[in-house]
Amino acid sequence: MNLDGETNLKRKQSLQITSSLTNDQSFQKFKALIKCEDPNDKLYSFIGTMYFNGVQYPLSPQQILLRDSKLRNTQYVYGIVIFTGHDTKVMQNAMDPPSKRSNVERRMDKIIYLLFTILVVIASIGSIFFGIKTKGEMSEGNYMWYLRPDKSSIFFDPRRAGLAAFCHFLTSLMLYGCLIPISLYISIEIVKVLQSTFINQDQKMYCEESDKPARARTSNLNEELGQVHTILSDKTGTLTCNSMEFVKCSIGGVAYGSGSTEAEKSYRKDKEINYFELKPLSSGFNGYERLVKGFNFYDDRLMNGQWVKEPHSETVQMFFRVLAICHTAIPVVESKSVSYEAESPDEAAFVTTARELGFEFFQRTQMSISLHEFDLKIGRKVIRTYKLLNILEFSSARKRMSVIVRTEEDELLLFCKGADGVIFEKLSKDGQVFEAETKCHINEYSEAGLRTLAVAYRKLTEEEYRIWNEEFLAAKSSVNADHDMIVDEAAEKIEKDLILLGATGVEDRLQKGVPECINKLAEAGIKIWILTGDKLETAVNIGFACHLLRKEMKNIVIKLDTPEISVLKDGDKEAIKMAINERIANQIREAQSQVSSSKGSSVSFALIIDGNSLAYALSSGLENSFLDLAVDCASVICCRISPKQKALVTRLVKRRTRKTTLAIGDGANDVGMLQEADIGVGISGVEGMQAVMSSDFAIAQFRFLERLLLVHGHWCYRRIAAMICYFFYKNLAFGFTLFWFEAHALFSAQPAYNDWYISFYNVAFTSLPVMALGVFDKDVSSAICLKFPSLHQDGIRNIFFSWPRILGWMLNGIITATIIYYFTTNAILDQAFRSDGRVAGSELLGATMYTCVVWAVNCQLALYLSYFTWIQHLLIWGSIFFWYIFLVIYGFFPPTISTTAYRVFLEACVSSPLYWLSSLFIVVAALLPYFSYLTFQTMFFPKYHHSIQRAKTGDS
Amino acid sequence: MNSKAGSTFGSDGATDSSAARRNSKKPKYSKFTQQELPACKPLLTPGIVISTFALIGIIFIPIGLASLSASEHVVELVDRYDADCVPQHLRDDKLAFIQNSQTNKTCTRRLIVPKQMSSPIQVYYQLDNFYQNHRRYVKSRSDKQLKSKSSERETKTCEPEGTTGDGLAIVPCGLIAWSLFNDTYSFSANSKSLQVNKKDIAWQSDKKHKFGSDVYPKNFQSGGLIGGASLNASIPLSEQEDLIVWMRTAALPTFRKLYGRIEVDLEANEEITVVIQNNYNTYSFGGKKKLVLSTTSWIGGKNNFLGVAYLTVGGLCLFLAMGFILLYVFKPRTLGDPSYLSWNRNAAGYSN
Repeated sequence: MNLDGETNLKRKQSLQITSSLTNDQSFQKFKALIKCEDPNDKLYSFIGTMYFNGVQYPLSPQQILLRDSKLRNTQYVYGIVIFTGHDTKVMQNAMDPPSKRSNVERRMDKIIYLLFTILVVIASIGSIFFGIKTKGEMSEGNYMWYLRPDKSSIFFDPRRAGLAAFCHFLTSLMLYGCLIPISLYISIEIVKVLQSTFINQDQKMYCEESDKPARARTSNLNEELGQVHTILSDKTGTLTCNSMEFVKCSIGGVAYGSGSTEAEKSYRKDKEINYFELKPLSSGFNGYERLVKGFNFYDDRLMNGQWVKEPHSETVQMFFRVLAICHTAIPVVESKSVSYEAESPDEAAFVTTARELGFEFFQRTQMSISLHEFDLKIGRKVIRTYKLLNILEFSSARKRMSVIVRTEEDELLLFCKGADGVIFEKLSKDGQVFEAETKCHINEYSEAGLRTLAVAYRKLTEEEYRIWNEEFLAAKSSVNADHDMIVDEAAEKIEKDLILLGATGVEDRLQKGVPECINKLAEAGIKIWILTGDKLETAVNIGFACHLLRKEMKNIVIKLDTPEISVLKDGDKEAIKMAINERIANQIREAQSQVSSSKGSSVSFALIIDGNSLAYALSSGLENSFLDLAVDCASVICCRISPKQKALVTRLVKRRTRKTTLAIGDGANDVGMLQEADIGVGISGVEGMQAVMSSDFAIAQFRFLERLLLVHGHWCYRRIAAMICYFFYKNLAFGFTLFWFEAHALFSAQPAYNDWYISFYNVAFTSLPVMALGVFDKDVSSAICLKFPSLHQDGIRNIFFSWPRILGWMLNGIITATIIYYFTTNAILDQAFRSDGRVAGSELLGATMYTCVVWAVNCQLALYLSYFTWIQHLLIWGSIFFWYIFLVIYGFFPPTISTTAYRVFLEACVSSPLYWLSSLFIVVAALLPYFSYLTFQTMFFPKYHHSIQRAKTGDS
Repeated sequence: MNSKAGSTFGSDGATDSSAARRNSKKPKYSKFTQQELPACKPLLTPGIVISTFALIGIIFIPIGLASLSASEHVVELVDRYDADCVPQHLRDDKLAFIQNSQTNKTCTRRLIVPKQMSSPIQVYYQLDNFYQNHRRYVKSRSDKQLKSKSSERETKTCEPEGTTGDGLAIVPCGLIAWSLFNDTYSFSANSKSLQVNKKDIAWQSDKKHKFGSDVYPKNFQSGGLIGGASLNASIPLSEQEDLIVWMRTAALPTFRKLYGRIEVDLEANEEITVVIQNNYNTYSFGGKKKLVLSTTSWIGGKNNFLGVAYLTVGGLCLFLAMGFILLYVFKPRTLGDPSYLSWNRNAAGYSN
């Protein structure tokens, strides 16, 4: 089923009673009634009952195939359709994908509004003047008879000047339409698609092991990558591999397993104590470490059947039996070896371990589980089959899973594994023998960054089981809203008086390069939050392992299980809530004073908070102070939090900091977070595709995030920002020449240029170079981006797209336009244009001015670019050259089409030194203000990237 | 300038081919997709800045000097006559004078040639405050009608001067043609008349392709209100050079148009007598009329603007270059030293 994204096998079974219906004929007489819940979006629960022959049979998710499921291991099934179409759980779950836009684009919209305002203002100014002038046309002493004001149409009628002014307003809106860069949107789309291609094609973000390149699933957010301020990361599968390895176990109070974990190694690295001494040892392990996936356990006392000689050999036997039987994995037998398909990697690791140690689970039927196992009495391997009576499934509320089996000796056994806290509560008096030692081991394991589970069992009597089973079946078949609770309660009745066997320690391995990557990101000034469902200790350990927490950091821990609160447990609920709220508020306040008192010193803080406290901290009264505290801390770890809280935290961080947030995760439980954050990055890892499907970028491993943000993010941000600024510049530079000309033509909305020049401006002469800027420009190479992560600060501070910068570029455009207009008119007008005495009319002024504009805006771009490949050269100089080509070709069109451009270039311009000299001068003059500004800035007030660029030149 | 060619070309060949064999999703290597195209990365180093400014200065100053001298060599003689050519007693009501067809419009002006003027001497009329660039004016013409006889009735764009009161098409139609300039000049020096050559004053392309040789003026200036000059109905439009020159509308309200050429040299201090037929009405809108005699040089007419501008910018650039050199000598900065930066003072906590 590819619904929650997890592609691993889910076991689905028909009811016992219907399993005999195996062909079409058998359905002829089959009559049953199904009662079930209303359509809802809960994927993992289903409440229903089948009435057949007067008996009620409970229906559970086990019997339900969800829409879009795929059959594996089975050719076909018979079934009945319960919900269709929009009633199905999958459709009920479908959420409108959020539409995400980048900061830069949102600000771009504002600039467009600004340009609209400029447009309207210019048009209004023109209209007002035009209205006044038109009214004055009839007056004595200013009677422009050559315009025939007495016989003019409504557009120019002096007697109805107001109406004429309004018509003029509409005309000018069209004339200055080029101020609104419609082509900007198209250009940006094209540029972003190409940028995404670069991200997709980057070999350095390709993962050999999983054969997955990086994928930009949306091209909207490329530049946002360069502005990321906070990263919210899932832990399992994102920082860690989600391939569990069985490393240690504690059986009967004895600790086994001598492998070392990543966290321990990194711990040692931190302390730098005897690290080199230890190294040969650990590398020795690496020799056969990879032999079996999920198994990293080495202990001669247990391996190769040696466990028989251990003092508690029966406990050991029972321990591994639990591991081999209490699970939902399915064996896949290939020739002689057995591998397992499990719902969670932990289970696979358990079953694999059991197999490696001689308890080989090889067959599962509806009713039984078969093992190859060593018989203590006979002293050799035998096949044992356990009749499977009930499976009490794992849920996050129960935090445990049990099976009830009947052995070949007709013994009734309940095997249980689950979170240590839960199991310890349910031990019988006799079962607590190893409790102290086991607790101690569990603490050690979780300090070493291992996931721990306690393992226990109990024997049942026939009578006890029979009574319980009836109760349980009744609970299961009840149809009401509390169904889950009733089943859980029923299950709880049998899961008691357990006998503790031991505990397991499974390592969740860190992904390759995670600590280095996190280091770099931290250097870049990016805040990293870990949001995980794991235990506080485990989360802290992973935090140390991946360098998010460092020895020199001060840890602020906010949690609920402090003595004051446990005392309150019996009070009424409101009082407890109040007290807890108070308590959390106090903790936050204390922490805040700590942080503020050490401001200025180099101490950095890490905030660690658990899910329960978080629920209070995020309640309306405290959220602001909590977030302020969190923002002041260098790293934040939230543990024990639910998927919904993940999304909530993300939303609050986004809203509070008003900076760009990036969420990264790999599982279905991260989807909310990925969709809520400004950028969602999905890891296309083990846990299926769900996260990737709802992400904006997909990468194969966490470490690629470094390159994605620091290299591609940096480039894309700079490119897009520069491109937009430049676009406004070039359109203003063009638009204002029109304005100045109109102002000298009695504001009659007469364009300075031939109509086709105007139409082609954005299309032909200036569009491609700006795309080259958007696609190819690089201020520094990727190596330098990675070497100086603090370049990323440019993006966080948004210095390339700040209002001063945008307005600066606009001003530059207006200056350029003014220089071009006034210098051109002064240079070429009135006197003879050529040595033959002919003068320049409006057509020559237009052509000359336009030449200057094309040159100036393209050279301006060349000045801005810091990276010239042949593509840039081709596009920039090609665009300028194309203008001349266009002028020649257009000039050859018949005069009725080309009107004022008819042969204007070949006949008048080419042979006029004045034309060439004035365009040379005006272009240089138009560029000088920017060039001088740039020079002064880089010489006297260099920005960070300037100095890095220069440092690089100094090196090479 | 630092140009660096990518040097990692061959190194990925081996992995590439093996990747292809496995049919993996590994992105193919190319310098383009890996953004490693050889490139030059210009940087504003002091060297480049100084040499750019110096180069601009070095190029601009000679150009400026050359254009200035060319412009200075041009001899220009400007005479404003619109005010003086109204008889003394009529000056209170110039409009009445110009609109009365009975008054004598002839006016004689004496001009002194300031310097020797060698032929050809261009004769211009210059109008002021005359908006030939007004949209209503510019649009009021019909290129089709001007081009071919068959399009005679294409006068829609010419309103309000498209047709006569009887609905007959006016050729050439439109406000531009209707308001054709009609002052005339005749020159004499030392009581010998100077011929003004009025051939070849329009652009060749206009004569050949825009104005038809089979299109003759028709119903022109026959309406109730006479605008400017009338045309000889027996000469095709392509030969009516005054009209063609006038129909190339000027860009700004002050403009010169070529009237003709005097093809003899004029000596310095020579007195020229100009007899002006002062017909054209600029009085109603307060425009000025000037007569301009000018020689030309390779750069065209007399205009010091470009030369002065070149010199100014060139000088400024040289000055800046010099300033930067001095600055660089006395206060050299360590390139790429990040500690100089305002940015680094409040950098976020982490450092290596």
